[in-house]
Amino acid sequence: MKIIVLMKQVPNKDAILRVNKEGTWIEEGDLSFEVNESDGYALEESLRLKEKHGGEVVVCSMGPQRVKTVIKDALARGADRAIHIVGDQLGHLSPFQSASLLADALRSEDPDLIMTGLQSDDYGYAQTGVIIAEILGIPHATIVIEIDASGDQLRVKRELESGWYQWYSMPKKALLTIQSGISQIRYATLKGIMAAKKKEIREIVASTDGMNPSHQQIQRIYLPEKTKQTQFLGDGDAKRGAALLAEKLQTEARVY
Amino acid sequence: MSNGILVFAEHRDGVLNKTSLEAIAAAQSLAGATGQTVNAVLLGSTLDGLAQEIASFDLGKVIAAENDKLSSYTPDGYTDGMEQVIRAEDPKYVVMPHTYLVRDFAPKLSARFGKGLVSDCIRARVDNGEITLTRRIFLGKMDADVSATGESPVFVTFQSGAYRGDQAAKGSGARIEKVTVEIGEVRMTPEAPFQEVKQAVDLSKAEIIVAVGRGIKSKDNIVLAEELAKALGGDLAASRPICDAEWLPIDRQIGSSGQTVAPKLYIALGISGAIQHLVGMKNSGTIVAINKDPEAPIFDIADYGIVGDLFEAVPALTEEIKKRKA
Repeated sequence: MKIIVLMKQVPNKDAILRVNKEGTWIEEGDLSFEVNESDGYALEESLRLKEKHGGEVVVCSMGPQRVKTVIKDALARGADRAIHIVGDQLGHLSPFQSASLLADALRSEDPDLIMTGLQSDDYGYAQTGVIIAEILGIPHATIVIEIDASGDQLRVKRELESGWYQWYSMPKKALLTIQSGISQIRYATLKGIMAAKKKEIREIVASTDGMNPSHQQIQRIYLPEKTKQTQFLGDGDAKRGAALLAEKLQTEARVY
Repeated sequence: MSNGILVFAEHRDGVLNKTSLEAIAAAQSLAGATGQTVNAVLLGSTLDGLAQEIASFDLGKVIAAENDKLSSYTPDGYTDGMEQVIRAEDPKYVVMPHTYLVRDFAPKLSARFGKGLVSDCIRARVDNGEITLTRRIFLGKMDADVSATGESPVFVTFQSGAYRGDQAAKGSGARIEKVTVEIGEVRMTPEAPFQEVKQAVDLSKAEIIVAVGRGIKSKDNIVLAEELAKALGGDLAASRPICDAEWLPIDRQIGSSGQTVAPKLYIALGISGAIQHLVGMKNSGTIVAINKDPEAPIFDIADYGIVGDLFEAVPALTEEIKKRKA
């Protein structure tokens, strides 16, 4: 089974974000980046499927040279080879544009399965995977938490809302988007890191000429307007804050 | 010339999803500001009862798009059905609730029109007939004002709770238009939906909840939250990563994939406040957040906040509450 895993590099979860001076995006210069959380789980599931059924795991990422960090890490964890779609602004495309580029790059690979996370932690569109499936003409399932690839058909467990689940079956050429937290992600071993150095990373220089227009334009970004006036207590002193809080909860909020 | 707003009403086995009412309220609000008519669309195999229910709202018409292949949800079936209705109606906007079901098929639908969705919006503003949509990005840390450009239709999904379902305006009985839609090959076969375990813990009735998130760092530290909950006579809950790691059972999970709660007091310990968590607890009476990150989105909805180390704050808080209650 040939599996392609799509992984995006996003700003570190704990990073303090600052708005750029145009007000249109964050200041990226001094940020640290990491792999998008749910994409990490998509890789883990792909490696487990390969261990069970054999085949190949190909990691694919799109963006400037810094995304090589994500690619090398995936290779060290056990992916067999990689495709890097190179371009400085590729992280800022609309979901349809990203999906079009990715679909073009993957078509000739003709994978049995394409896996990716359920959404990215930066733009949070939650669309790119599904649109790729539509462009490539293959079925898809989103928010998948379990995969059974042992039969002729693929059987996947999807998470619905409020604690409900549902199994779906579909033909094996398919795209799945994976929910975070569904397994324990393996670490890269020293052996894996060494082996990764010899693995192929194929670069594709993407052309955005003649691409569909974006259809959605960010005018400005800003810190969310507060819906509540928060009283911050303790002024950095957690213990003093706790004492004040106990008092306010009793006398002001009267909740105990 | 494209005109009007088409709102997608979601149901499961004939029961309307409450976020569909929120979507109707959102569409009505946009319609008021842009002078458009709102029509609703339902997909299913037999929709008579449901169409009547939707027709009680202030809408131009209700389109009941029927086909036996739409008796259960599949992305292939729903996409084909919706595409036909949209091509026939030629709306300016298609408004949908940002549910798991819509997330599953709507990108496929919009792709047939050569575009994506303006997804997971939290509000909309209209100036001179132009709509600006606000999306929450970076897991809730930032908001982005987005303008939708290009040809109609613009596909918009609204986050659960962005509009109030009880504010969807009733009307004098909208016209019901029954159409039979053509559905092509449906490649996926759904089995019946199920619940993993009967929820052993019903947190929806809890008056006080102490919830833990990633910031608690290890399973052994959960005892700190447990003692605080005990001191307050409250229940223990968690955000998703804690239940995924099996530090607490899944029936303690708050958020879009867990329980929705609105206690008198909600204390969030080491929870950053991703949207998926916030939708499950933002209607709580008093919200307290203790977190080391001053930028954590949880503080946007907190009444009281402590920026600092929860391992210092929580034991001190527990002691102080015990003293005051004694």
